[in-house]
Amino acid sequence: MSAAETLASSVRKGAPAITLAGVNKWFGALHVLRDINLDVAMGERVVVCGPSGSGKSTLIRCINRLEEHQEGQIVVDGIELSNDLRSLDAIRREVGMVFQSFNLFPHLTILENCTLAPIWVRKMPKKEAEALAMEYLERVRIPEQAAKYPGQLSGGQQQRVAIARALCMKPKIMLFDEPTSALDPEMIKEVLDTMVMLAETGMTMICVTHEMGFARTVADRVVFMDRGEIVEQGVPEELFANPRTDRLKTFLSQILRGH
Amino acid sequence: MSEIAADGTPLVAPPEPRRAPITMIGPVAWARENLFANWWSTAITLAMIYLIVKFAVSFVSWAFLNAVWVVPVSPQGIANTEACRALKGVGACWAVITEKHRFILFGTYPYEQHWRPLIVCLLFIGLYIVSAMRRFWRWELALVWIGVLTLIGVLMWGGILGMPYVPQERWGGLPITLILATFGLAFAFPLSILVALGRRSRLPAIKALCVLYVELIRGVPLISLLFMASVMFPLFLPEGLNIDKLLRAQIAIILFAGAYLAEVVRAGLQALPRGQYEAAEALGLSYWKKTGFIILPQALRLVIPPLVNTFIGFFKDTSLVLIIGIFDLLTAGKTAIIEPAWQGFGVEVYITLGLIYFCFCFAMSKYSSGLEAEFNRHRRR
Repeated sequence: MSAAETLASSVRKGAPAITLAGVNKWFGALHVLRDINLDVAMGERVVVCGPSGSGKSTLIRCINRLEEHQEGQIVVDGIELSNDLRSLDAIRREVGMVFQSFNLFPHLTILENCTLAPIWVRKMPKKEAEALAMEYLERVRIPEQAAKYPGQLSGGQQQRVAIARALCMKPKIMLFDEPTSALDPEMIKEVLDTMVMLAETGMTMICVTHEMGFARTVADRVVFMDRGEIVEQGVPEELFANPRTDRLKTFLSQILRGH
Repeated sequence: MSEIAADGTPLVAPPEPRRAPITMIGPVAWARENLFANWWSTAITLAMIYLIVKFAVSFVSWAFLNAVWVVPVSPQGIANTEACRALKGVGACWAVITEKHRFILFGTYPYEQHWRPLIVCLLFIGLYIVSAMRRFWRWELALVWIGVLTLIGVLMWGGILGMPYVPQERWGGLPITLILATFGLAFAFPLSILVALGRRSRLPAIKALCVLYVELIRGVPLISLLFMASVMFPLFLPEGLNIDKLLRAQIAIILFAGAYLAEVVRAGLQALPRGQYEAAEALGLSYWKKTGFIILPQALRLVIPPLVNTFIGFFKDTSLVLIIGIFDLLTAGKTAIIEPAWQGFGVEVYITLGLIYFCFCFAMSKYSSGLEAEFNRHRRR
């Protein structure tokens, strides 16, 4: 099956991909997620924004259990997150993640970065995994770097490799944790372009970002968080044009002043 | 250079790239700057040169020019060392090495069977060389190790294939040192990795056990561990059960080295950014796959220098077994000069022993710096 077909088959808007119900989380005494209720449908593209420290990264890190929530329920692709390791493995196979600091494996080549998980988690034959990796590296437009090490690439290239690495697991859902925040300005666009291209294939995406232009172009919905709560959510044009709460107004004015 | 291009647009010439300023002009300039910058520095330089030359001249005349290489030995096997004694302090008596080298290398192992420990030493060295080459780093190497170590056991003990049996009490010299060091590090290293991982485990029982082990072993000197292994441990064993003394010392060394290496490995684990763990987890890698493919390869590369430092330390620490009467290289050397004829020629013997230890340690050190450079290639741009 080609990568395009896999992606196309996951376009089934409507079926719930992720459900968060009454999720609460504390770091020590700090209440970082307060009563979060959020449904994301298959094929939906959600942008999460908010001031720093608002809990947006923690929220998406709870979805693949890089952080544990203490109260409430998180269901991903029909599987509830619990302490059961098997359900966790099943969820992590279906959920790809892209980090702010890329987190490529520096001791492995670009190609090995991309093939490691398909070979050892998906049990894919090496040849097949390499062909798949090359396919995705071509889609993020850096196939010629396959034999290099991450340290030899620019930040923007590394982040595109990180996207390709996550896609090689053929995930149903992709999480982006501020993917462009660590990049030099001239490299932000190449990463955003890759993400727009991915969005066009119908991938379910949750993206924590401050790139409002990106939110306008691809998001079906924007979720605004502040102090651990979901304050407002809605269609991007609507939300940006008519913010209902003062908190969102303040946030938008700060973001716009910065640009 | 033209100011106006063919189509009339002015060209802004890019600034010519300049070379970095030259800082050093050959050895003469270097010497002038570093050794003879002013009269004070010149005086110290001249004084040091005088001392170095004086020492070198007297060492060469002692070690080579005035040295005695052989002495006559009576048919009863008693050496006549008068020639050496006459030159004491003026010339080295290398005759003690000529005469005693087999005893120093192989201890009290039966003389006519010395070819066996000799082959054992060569096997060990061969094993090190093969293991050092990256192209042999495959799982089959483990089989080679098992095969060679078995062969070493067969050669040392004998009792089959027409080789007479040699009890372990008669083994000695270099093979003992190599056995203690090789088995010691071969078992201590995997042990240390498990302990280091255990110390970072989320399971409180495993974590507590590993902390207890490391702190307990690190808190006592190796000598007292060796004493415990050789004197106290047998008291706790049931009547009739007797674990070989060498094996007990070996286990003490493994436990001791394991605790120290575990802390070195743990340093490497802690130096890795959290993002590496998270990226591996987000890809769905299980604990052991994450550890084996992502964490350990990076953590161990980071700690190659302190790891080898500890390895070298332990290679030399094996000589401490002399206090519990195991006949390693150092003990054999000490014993060789007990004989009245050779008393007083310790310097020559210790220089030779030092050279043997140095060869092994220096090889380890050189190899590790090569390995470090090769392994950290990915960090170069």
